[in-house]
Amino acid sequence: MDPITPGSYMPTEYLPILIIMIAAFLFGAVSLLVGSVFRISRPYREKLMPYESGINPVGEPRQQFSVKFYIIAMLFVVFDVEAVFLYPWALVFDRIGLYALIEMLLFIAILVAGYIYAWKKEAFTWD
Amino acid sequence: MVIEGPTGLVEVEEGVHIIPGANTIITSIDKVANWARTSAIWPMTFGLACCAIEMMTTGSSHYDLDRFGIIFRGSPRQADCIIIAGTITKKMAPIIRRVYDQMPEPRYVIAMGSCACSGNIYDTYSTVQGADKFLPVDVFIPGCPPRPEALMDGLIKLQEKMKQESFRWSMWR
Repeated sequence: MDPITPGSYMPTEYLPILIIMIAAFLFGAVSLLVGSVFRISRPYREKLMPYESGINPVGEPRQQFSVKFYIIAMLFVVFDVEAVFLYPWALVFDRIGLYALIEMLLFIAILVAGYIYAWKKEAFTWD
Repeated sequence: MVIEGPTGLVEVEEGVHIIPGANTIITSIDKVANWARTSAIWPMTFGLACCAIEMMTTGSSHYDLDRFGIIFRGSPRQADCIIIAGTITKKMAPIIRRVYDQMPEPRYVIAMGSCACSGNIYDTYSTVQGADKFLPVDVFIPGCPPRPEALMDGLIKLQEKMKQESFRWSMWR
């Protein structure tokens, strides 16, 4: 191995990953570019109109939607991150022992407090 | 099968050559593109009346259309051809025209059934006498209703029409 001087380290084991990233990028880019060169393009007004089963579009394209979707998404993110923290803890649990158990129970207790808050605020009821 | 002289190419069909022993086919872009397009015609179904039932039958398992690569699409934006199956009323005609306009090119029109071909027996105040009054029809399938085999024959005729197409595949031709 060459002596490692500051600024000269080349992580050559990761070269296949760089190649596959470039290949993935080119896969999409070349497909789209070749398509745009060979494509027929004859736009006119009726072809470009938004499709609405053959009639002129009626009504507004944007609608309001209910805030409960946002609440469900937020709850999902919080509890999913909690699950992500539980996975590595479960893998090394046998090597750490009682200390790990108490730490994780404290963590879960804080999140259970948040869960009870959400429950009381009726975040889990859909209607 | 024709073996050309010094090069040893074998002509499998007109315009398609195989290099024997090299697992290579030499052909033209027109042929490859047309083969790809005929193997996957995605019709936009425009079932209006009784011919729609025959079209549904043709699409289902007994007379399967999926083996031709034909998948019915509900949106004109994803469709190659539009199958007008049924009687065209004067009220429906501008809608059909708008849906046809919203299909991307290359696009084809199949008029299925006698009502779409010519109005059939309904020469009345409300019926358009044939889809070709307002659309450029490629294949007419007469019948009242045409049997599923007749619809398949019409789609095969459309494939034969597609195989003769030759587009400008780039700005240099």
